Amino acid sequence: MTDTLSTAVSHELDENALLEAYRTMRTIRAFEERLHDEFATGEIPGFVHLYAGEEASATGVCAHLDGRDSIASTHRGHGHCIAKGVDVKAMMAEIYGKKTGSCHGKGGSMHIADLSKGMLGANGIVGGGPPLICGTALAAKQRGTGGVGVAFFGDGASNQGTTLESLNLASVWNLPAIFVAENNGYAEATSSSWSVAADNIADRAAGFGMPGVIVDGFDFFAVHEAAGEAVQRAREGGGPTLIEVKFTRYFGHFEGDQQTYRAKEVAEARAKLDCLKRFRARVTETGQVDAARLDAIDTQVADLIDAAVEEAKAAPKPTAADLETDVYVSY
Amino acid sequence: MAAPVRSTADQPTSSVQNLTIGKALNLGLRAAMEADDKVLVLGEDVGKLGGVFRITDGLQKDFGEQRVLDTPLAESGIIGTAVGLAVRGFRPVCEIQFEGFIFPGFDQISSQLAKLHYRTQGGIKVPVVIRVPYGGGIGAVEHHSESPESLFAHIAGLKVVSCANPVDAYWMIQQAIRCDDPVLFFEPKRLYHSGALKAPVDTAAEPDPLFASRTVRQGSTATLVAYGPSVKVCLDAATAAAEDDLSLEVIDLRTLSPLDLEPVFESVRRTGRLITVSEAPSESSITSEIAARVQQECFYSLESPVLRVTGFDTPYPPSKLEEHYLPDLDRVLHAVDRALAW
Ligand SMILES: Cc1ncc(C[n+]2csc(CCOP(=O)(O)OP(=O)(O)O)c2C)c(N)n1
Ligand SMILES: [Mg+2]
Repeated sequence: MTDTLSTAVSHELDENALLEAYRTMRTIRAFEERLHDEFATGEIPGFVHLYAGEEASATGVCAHLDGRDSIASTHRGHGHCIAKGVDVKAMMAEIYGKKTGSCHGKGGSMHIADLSKGMLGANGIVGGGPPLICGTALAAKQRGTGGVGVAFFGDGASNQGTTLESLNLASVWNLPAIFVAENNGYAEATSSSWSVAADNIADRAAGFGMPGVIVDGFDFFAVHEAAGEAVQRAREGGGPTLIEVKFTRYFGHFEGDQQTYRAKEVAEARAKLDCLKRFRARVTETGQVDAARLDAIDTQVADLIDAAVEEAKAAPKPTAADLETDVYVSY
Repeated sequence: MAAPVRSTADQPTSSVQNLTIGKALNLGLRAAMEADDKVLVLGEDVGKLGGVFRITDGLQKDFGEQRVLDTPLAESGIIGTAVGLAVRGFRPVCEIQFEGFIFPGFDQISSQLAKLHYRTQGGIKVPVVIRVPYGGGIGAVEHHSESPESLFAHIAGLKVVSCANPVDAYWMIQQAIRCDDPVLFFEPKRLYHSGALKAPVDTAAEPDPLFASRTVRQGSTATLVAYGPSVKVCLDAATAAAEDDLSLEVIDLRTLSPLDLEPVFESVRRTGRLITVSEAPSESSITSEIAARVQQECFYSLESPVLRVTGFDTPYPPSKLEEHYLPDLDRVLHAVDRALAW
């Protein structure tokens, strides 16, 4: 059965955890908004897909993860990377295609990976990630580490065979896997209300014999609670969960997208639903966090992003010799 | 093959239009759909959006949602659906957004599409066209810039072609759709909207056959063979070489499977030197196949070994390394020098 989680309360999180969550979400937002501006200058190569608006998903899920756990991401992967602890400066350099990047400039925006952080990689192939998570989850299970695997994927990816195969595999093997369907309403220009035949992606969970949950993706606390339950169940041997997170992406599908297919939902979401605004309102109203501490984080994050961009611009490019390295382990 | 019959509605008074490759493909698809109502177009965002490169722009508006079908994200499903449609009398044209996304559908291509005719002892025809934007030079990374055409040429039962100019784009897509065999149609994506390549396309002309290569520049010193995006590189190289009194012949393969190598053999017998140019990695590729056949057919005419100018045998690199990876004028001319110095 699919449960709809209403906004949850934040009492489980202490002040430090709240500040950390806020810092992560703010970092993602600032990173993406800056990239939006920088991309327009033409200095950043390739395709860049921004995660702004969706911060609560990566942050709310990854808050439960540790060094034992792996995540697989998507082409819209910056948020997942930041939430899983990938170095922000190395990410920025990677996006600029520089040698100092997370993948030495060989991955770019769509393939940032950092295995030391359990981040298997953003992915240029839609639906490429979920099967990998079956593998890392099976490895965690066989090695008895207590680790879990989390596959983030979009509504478009939810229709890809690889994703559906993975849901079944995970259930058949009772894997410690969490499938986070990030439903932002569109796959490029294709609306998910059309392309997903079920009413909700989470409704499909029943067909794969796993719990399915729908959460308001603009609400950090709702995501955090749903993910907490799923991660705990997975760690305890209770098997996989499908969580559908619903929200809107703030920018186009990719930078440069004309967005002829959608109208004013973004302005409304930014004004009324925004995860950062709601988080701030909540924690300051309840008195759990002093607004000044959030302001301080805003400033620190802004400085970090400034420095990241500056360093990325100044960093060296890979050289022709780098072209032929690392194709094989041994030659 | 004769030019398809087209309706005369909405035709400009002159049959000649100055087109980019992208626009020529769009008009070619349109002509094919007008000529045969069994032609369907399907793929991700091909309808309302008109495709990520706008090659199917306006087709859904004009031919309706029954004939131009947006699909959910599911390449395997798209290609398998096309196979089913084809065996029931339709002529589906699938669009794959970028070449790297064809692989979720590779099984349907290799195991079903390519095999049905053989498996049914010729009983079933599977006239599916799969349009694949391919090649680099757009500043993107792996999956968005690759040249996987050799993988498909390697599979018996598939035909593989690539256009390099607007005239061919216009005619070849129509001919591929009329072909009763499955055709993988590789489109040089970085040239789609190139104004420099714009050319007059006479929609009333008689096109060359689909499965034939073509000599696009005559020369006597050495032969360059290329296809798709590399044809322009070779033509530019030949122009540059002419300033040094080198006369390079350039052949546009057009068809990669079956290969039409007679014009290449004939050329090599005259020039004695062959350089094959392609963005794909060289190992086990179309360029290797050409080298093998040319040494077999032209052994006594060769003055130097067949040389290949290709992408590297590495995954497609990030944009900052593309300039090293992609064959360019300098690399082609360097190979010509090596062949001449042999
Ligand atoms: C196998 C494959 N097919 C197509 C694409 C092209 N493509 C890139 S993103 C995208 C839409 C993905 O939508 P969704 O999964 O909802 O993720 P979102 O972009 O909304 O985050 C498509 C079709 C691709 N990268 N890989
Ligand atoms: Mg989406």
